[in-house]
This record gives sequence, structure tokens and C-alpha cells, in this order.
Amino acid sequence: MREKILYALGALAALLLARNIWVMLTGLPDEAFQGAIFRIIFFHVPAAFTCFLCFFVALVASISYLKSGKMQWDSLAVSATEAGLAFGAANLVSGMIWARIIWGIWWTWDWRLTSMLVCWLLYAGYLVLRRAVEEPAQRARLSAVLSILSFAVVPFVFFSIKWFRTQHPQPVLYGEGKMDAAYRAMLYLNWVPLLMLAAVLIAIRIGQENRRRELDALRREAHSI
Amino acid sequence: MGDAAARNFQFLAYGLIAVWAILAAYVLTLVSRERKIQREIESLKRILEDRGGR
Repeated sequence: MREKILYALGALAALLLARNIWVMLTGLPDEAFQGAIFRIIFFHVPAAFTCFLCFFVALVASISYLKSGKMQWDSLAVSATEAGLAFGAANLVSGMIWARIIWGIWWTWDWRLTSMLVCWLLYAGYLVLRRAVEEPAQRARLSAVLSILSFAVVPFVFFSIKWFRTQHPQPVLYGEGKMDAAYRAMLYLNWVPLLMLAAVLIAIRIGQENRRRELDALRREAHSI
Repeated sequence: MGDAAARNFQFLAYGLIAVWAILAAYVLTLVSRERKIQREIESLKRILEDRGGR
């Protein structure tokens, strides 16, 4: 039953994404200065929001693990981190493609871009750390600490365009650089299926983590015989 | 459509393809990992059953 719900949610997310791509290509006008490439923002920004939300979930799960010692929290933390990294990669790559057209370069060491890359690498390091530690409780404890420390970079990434002079555009959802209402609506509409997709990916990954623990228990049993 | 506008559209397509490809790659990773775990669980269960039967 749980699997059917996950598949249904995933299929609904894919349908919504396909519908949104159709609407953004046929129903929304080009942006006056940027042209068609502007539409990348409808994936670039929601991917970043989804990534940060996943990292926040990982933060809460990591704190909960350190408090309770329950492995379910560790499963949630690693699952949310992995999904967050996938959406973070989508954000970074889509931003680079946009930059190639608008700035004429793929990358610049600007505060926002650099801090996002550092954030992504820190969380990638979290996964590397997990592979390096064999003992499950020690692995969970160390990675929880790293996850909590890594989250310190997230607000920095978010506010870097406010705190520093950057090449990256200013916020598009509030303030002086606010987009037109139709563009904002599309951005939020596209965030919904990405959130649904993230929820499905995290749920599937948690299931895998539980089965991996079952596998570890079987291995121990096999060794003890 | 001018050259610049066509290039603009071309890079928009690259952007959309890249986002979908990254997410699809992650889904494929999950699928392959799932199969590997399942295979290992089944093989270990068989080993344990064999040892238990002796």
C-alpha cells in the first residue's frame, strides 16, 4: 500500500512537472531582457528551496538522533541529505547554463555561487564520511554532528546576495527585484511537484536504509554461525 | 527567430534536460541500490537457511 502511494505521488509529480513545462513554454511571455532562458528560474529557484528544505530536515533529524539515539532519525537524515544533494546539483547546473547565456561565462567565484558550491561539497562530504565509518552507531553520531555543522552554511548561502555585492541577481520573490505575479505563481506552482518528488525520494531512501540495517543484521548472524 | 533567440532557446532546453537528467540519474541510483540490497538479503538468507539445515 505504501509503495502504491509513493508511485502515485511520483507519477502525479511527473505529470505536474510536464504540465508546468508546457504552460511555461506556451502560456508565459519571454522576459523582456533575458528572453526564453529566463524560464530556467522556474526550476533553478524551486530546486534550491527544495535542497535547503531537505538539509533542514536532515538538521532536525540529526539533532533528534543525538537526543534519542534512535536509528530511524539517522535514516531520515541520510535520506534527506541525499535528496537535497540531487536538488542542489540541479540548482547549480541550471544556474551555470543560465549564466553562460546571460553573463557569457559558466561560472564565477561570486559569494552566492561559491557558498552554494561549498554547501553542496560539505553535504557530499557527509556521504563520504558515512562510507568511511563501519560501526553503525559511531557512523550515525559522527554524521549527525557533521550535518548540524554543515547547516550553518545554508543561511549564509541564502542571505549572501543581501550581505555582499554579488553578480548573482537579487531576490526575485520579494523586494525591489520582485518578479511579475504570473512568473511568481509559476515558480511556486513548479515548487509543489519538486517537493512531492523530494518526499517520494526520501521515503524510498528510508526504506532502503531500513533494509540495509536488516542486511547488516543478517551479515552479523552469518558471521556468528 | 534570430541567432541569439535560437541560442537562448537551445540553452533553455539544455537547462531543462540537465535538471531532469540529474533527478533521473538519482532515481536510477536508487533503483540499482535497491536491487543490490535485495540480492544480498536473499543470498544471505539462503546461506543462513543452508547452515541452519545442516
